[in-house]
Amino acid sequence: MLDKRLVIITGHYGSGKTEFAINYAIKIKENFENVSLADLDIVNPYFRSREKKSLLESKGIHVIESSIHSTTIELPALSSGIMGIIQNQNMHSILDVGGDPVGAKVLSRFSDLIKENEYDLFYVINGNRPETRKKEDVINYLKAIENSSSLRATGLINNTHLLKSTTIVDVEYGHELAKKVSWELDIPIRYEVAMESITDKISNKEIEDKFFPINLYMREEWMS
Amino acid sequence: MSRVLMKGNEAIGAAAIKAGCRYFFGYPITPQSELPEYMSKALPEAGGIFLQAESEIAAINMVYGAAGAGARVMTGSSSPGISLKQEGITYCAGAELPCVIVNVMRGGPGLGSIQPGQADYFQSTRGGGNGDYRTIVYAPASIQETVDYVMEAFDKADIYRMPVLILADGMIGQMMEAVEIKEPNKIDLPEKDWATVGTKGKRKPNIINSLYLDSEKLEQHNANLQKKYNKIEATEVQYEAFGLEDAEVVCVAYGTTSRIVKNAIKHCNDNGIKVGMIRPITLWPYPYDVFKSINPKAKGILTVEMSAGQMIDDVRIAIEGRLPIYFNGRCGGMIPTPASIVEDIKKIAGGK
Repeated sequence: MLDKRLVIITGHYGSGKTEFAINYAIKIKENFENVSLADLDIVNPYFRSREKKSLLESKGIHVIESSIHSTTIELPALSSGIMGIIQNQNMHSILDVGGDPVGAKVLSRFSDLIKENEYDLFYVINGNRPETRKKEDVINYLKAIENSSSLRATGLINNTHLLKSTTIVDVEYGHELAKKVSWELDIPIRYEVAMESITDKISNKEIEDKFFPINLYMREEWMS
Repeated sequence: MSRVLMKGNEAIGAAAIKAGCRYFFGYPITPQSELPEYMSKALPEAGGIFLQAESEIAAINMVYGAAGAGARVMTGSSSPGISLKQEGITYCAGAELPCVIVNVMRGGPGLGSIQPGQADYFQSTRGGGNGDYRTIVYAPASIQETVDYVMEAFDKADIYRMPVLILADGMIGQMMEAVEIKEPNKIDLPEKDWATVGTKGKRKPNIINSLYLDSEKLEQHNANLQKKYNKIEATEVQYEAFGLEDAEVVCVAYGTTSRIVKNAIKHCNDNGIKVGMIRPITLWPYPYDVFKSINPKAKGILTVEMSAGQMIDDVRIAIEGRLPIYFNGRCGGMIPTPASIVEDIKKIAGGK
């Protein structure tokens, strides 16, 4: 595992940060004893990782949600526990941050503390979102998130998808997009993310090497 | 444009702009706030105007003004906010003004919750404001359908000169799905020769008004409105239906709930139970006639809603006492599960 102990997951609104964060936490838990996931989403009222608290806790992952314990409230209240997991050297900590620069603004409150630790800041890219289909737009959002969080991105996550109707074409499109961003900003692609069912469709070695298969925990059976 | 991933609320905004809407007046309220947020960015880029009103009431009256001047105009809100708009909606209906109003429903009554609900059915289909008026009500079940009906809503509003309601629930507003914003169908629309766009000294001023102090004139105005509504009932009904002729059980549901029901029906079909479905797309006008195609030997009808059972009234009207009606519903932001629907279908099919 190349990733740092503290992993911050950011991205454009709707890029699929939360789904990746949940899958990532479960993966990390396979290798490490102490794993925490903090939901820092102050933007979304629905589809937040705290909704999956019981699932994650059943897998032994510590979940930190809003300091107001409710999945159905939209107050931007952050838990004091977040500072704890940022600093705890014995904890693999994942921060699931809200979308867009406005969601990442929450991080600036912790940025001094975060900089005292070794951290990774992943930037999740979904090339199928209208606002991040082109290289320039992806880069603009990344820079805006860096500015509002006062932190630097250390890795790109290609998470280009159309939910359950994702095909390998989407993943490959996102890969080429992420590659262009990677070259321009000199930030490596860390993972190529797609549903597990895509696995045997991958022929591109570059995608295969960094492939991170996920389950769609946030999508109910009846959703597309 | 190929398919992209969009949140329901954003897609509503994109579809409206594509349909030629250039004015949005609104006030943020969860779970529809991404709609004004999207419009605040996208409308100025499209040469339009987004204005965050000081209240819901101000917003709907701005809609009244823009519609009166002949513009394509939209407002959006969620349940308690739509309640506040009712006065303006009946004024628009009375003054025969075309406009599109989006309600992304949440749990109620009162302030309720921010989670999804379908408890504004009475308000939408029976008229939340005063007087004998109707609004066409589209209840889409996917983001793609929402986009398509937002575009259609603008045309119907112009054709019939009336407010048209897009009735979505919080899940449709918040959910992301793959969607294609297609070019809208080009149809011939009546000229807005009634709009207040300036006389240029060539005609008498147009007046937008819903006040008729002469009772005879107001009765005539009502008769004209009813004639229009009768025509809509005859021509604008839209629904999806399948498996009615040999069904043991028929489910009736709209919006998000219909998606869950379809999932449950698949489970039942796999277990050899024949289940049909009626999914109203227009809640007004309601698809009463399609209920006549239901197998007369069916065991019963199961209505599924995120409410205490408001649509049952229309199902009763449609079924005319021929079959028993059962109900599966959740309130307050809770969502029915496929498993509970399967259980109910099995009970009804088994005659219990």
